[in-house]
Amino acid sequence: MDANGFFGSWGGAYIPEVLYQTFQDLKLEYARCRKDPAFWEEYIHLMSTYSCRPTPLTHAENLSNHFGGAQIYIKREDLNHTGAHKANNVMGQGLLVKRMGKKRVIAETGAGQHGMATATMAAKFGLDCTIYMGEEDVLRQRPNVFWMEKMGATVIPVKDGSRTLKDAINQAFRDWVTNVDDTHYVFGTACGPAPFPEMVSWFQSIIGIEAVDQIIQAHGKMPKKIYACVGGGSNAMGIFKRFLEEDVELVGVEAGGHGANSGAHAIRLASSDATPGVAQGYKTMFLQDEDGQMKHTHSVAAGLDYVGVSPILTDLWEKKLVRFESATDEEVMQALDLTMKKEGIIPALESAHAFAGAFREVGKLSVDDAIIINQSGRGDKDIFTIAHAFEDPSWEKFIIDRGKEYSKKHSG
Amino acid sequence: MEKQLRKKLENKEILLMTHIVLGYPSLDVNREVIEQMVSNGVDCIEMQIPFSEPMADGPVILKANQEALAGGTKVDDCFTFAAEIIQQHDIPFLFMTYYNIIFKYGEEAFFKRAADIGMKGFIIPDLPPEMGESFLALADKYKIAPVLIFTPTSTDTRMEELASHGRGFIYCAARRGVTGSKSEFGDDFKEYLGRCRAATNLPLAVGFGIRSKEDIDVLKGKADMAVIGSRTIQLVESEGAEAVGPFIARLR
Ligand SMILES: Cc1ncc(COP(=O)(O)O)c(C=O)c1O
Repeated sequence: MDANGFFGSWGGAYIPEVLYQTFQDLKLEYARCRKDPAFWEEYIHLMSTYSCRPTPLTHAENLSNHFGGAQIYIKREDLNHTGAHKANNVMGQGLLVKRMGKKRVIAETGAGQHGMATATMAAKFGLDCTIYMGEEDVLRQRPNVFWMEKMGATVIPVKDGSRTLKDAINQAFRDWVTNVDDTHYVFGTACGPAPFPEMVSWFQSIIGIEAVDQIIQAHGKMPKKIYACVGGGSNAMGIFKRFLEEDVELVGVEAGGHGANSGAHAIRLASSDATPGVAQGYKTMFLQDEDGQMKHTHSVAAGLDYVGVSPILTDLWEKKLVRFESATDEEVMQALDLTMKKEGIIPALESAHAFAGAFREVGKLSVDDAIIINQSGRGDKDIFTIAHAFEDPSWEKFIIDRGKEYSKKHSG
Repeated sequence: MEKQLRKKLENKEILLMTHIVLGYPSLDVNREVIEQMVSNGVDCIEMQIPFSEPMADGPVILKANQEALAGGTKVDDCFTFAAEIIQQHDIPFLFMTYYNIIFKYGEEAFFKRAADIGMKGFIIPDLPPEMGESFLALADKYKIAPVLIFTPTSTDTRMEELASHGRGFIYCAARRGVTGSKSEFGDDFKEYLGRCRAATNLPLAVGFGIRSKEDIDVLKGKADMAVIGSRTIQLVESEGAEAVGPFIARLR
């Protein structure tokens, strides 16, 4: 990152003036933390006692045999407390908030995993917490909304624009400019104005730092390829960062939605639909029209349904250091089904994109090679969406019966 | 533009700037509203080119942006409309928008077209001077005033830094937050305006939550221009374009 927050020509900090001083303070505190080895130690201690770090690297033998290619290893970020990699970033920022003495945190959330992790951190550290979530995402990630509220957070459904992640980010910024004195905005992914892309990637880099030792121990050498799903890009940056120093191919899998030619997708880098733009505080490749108005995106996975992408990944894409692919909603459901049946593991819909991307290619590699799939989160949160997509009859009956029970209660 | 404003200040206690969102509710209504504003003595108008992600705007202007876009308003329409309006009315006009609109159009092409139609200034709330090196150079080249923003969180040093890049006037946000809701003009506010005054010789415009004659009376003698934003948009929504003229006339 250069002094103005750019990675190559991407990134920066396009922020309203009212936030200028807050960003100065944040950059200063972040720089102090990076220089202070005690901070990272405190972070590791917190993550190993409150979350589940180091998360395991699982050898997926059945899947490996099924495809007959490279050995498939799964980095288990789903086993973090709150069920996703989001906790890595949130706990790190929580320690920062404590140092800065702020009393309130706000966050945007798509899949609800980041909101959930933030609500958890706020409860643990005794902070007030407000979560902004697109109305569409509130509906598709209802279990997470329930838990956030139970942990004491206020969840505000955002009804503007496309009612998804980008709109939740705008609304969180509107809150921040209003309550800047006592509030920290816990940005959930490696996007937004500097220093967020770099700072979030730093906290997430713990994934790759662990994985490098784990794969050497299990497999004796570096993997050939690493796959991660890419929404904003934080889990991808988290596992990629350490491996950028090695001779390993890094593959980011974006949300193909209904297909690359459908117009209903969130493929920023693996298609030619996106163009350079500046929004939400940073410069990157955005899905936008010729006037610069952001387009509607679609993905079955709320956490990938986003118009922009990490400026760090855009820089790496431009330098050809990371390859980008996409997986459609349908491929993702198949990959999810196969992973559950073969390994007894339930990836989040977001993470299932990485599995789908890997399954397409793994058969072409030798059995002596290995790949790592970053399982960014667990699928429990998606039970309504997944059950709906599978048209599961016993689940549907359960919902109908419960619905009847509740309507009786409320009419009686 | 600074000269134009100073000249107006010779015989007015305080100037008025108003805000419209182009295409909301329609360009035809915009035209009528501007006519009402100018004939009732508005000194300066900022025309907002709608953007899908208006991060610094509150609910009223946010909704106006969304509806303008839903109604099909294009950047090109905004230029054509602005050209017509500038021809008709002899007051300075500014474009207010977010940086992506300019970036996507092509910075230089945008400046050139704006200069050609006689646009006097730009207000871009998500472009701090650190990010606007080429923007500021083009503003200089095309003689379009880049209006920068002071806020209550700006330190004295920061204000001086901003003032060194700003032209035309300085937009002082009356409070933290987004456009729309009411501002309080207590002691803190007076102290803040004093700091603004000390930091620059440019005229000071005060905006955010100004909605009545009482608000404007407080600003007299302390600021050079009062900015009315969300209030007239709401007025058009509730009472129609013809209510704007009488409202403006009662403000001073
Ligand atoms: C489980 C999971 N994976 C991935 C993502 C996408 O975010 P990122 O690309 O920042 O990792 C999310 C976001 O909500 C998520 O919840």
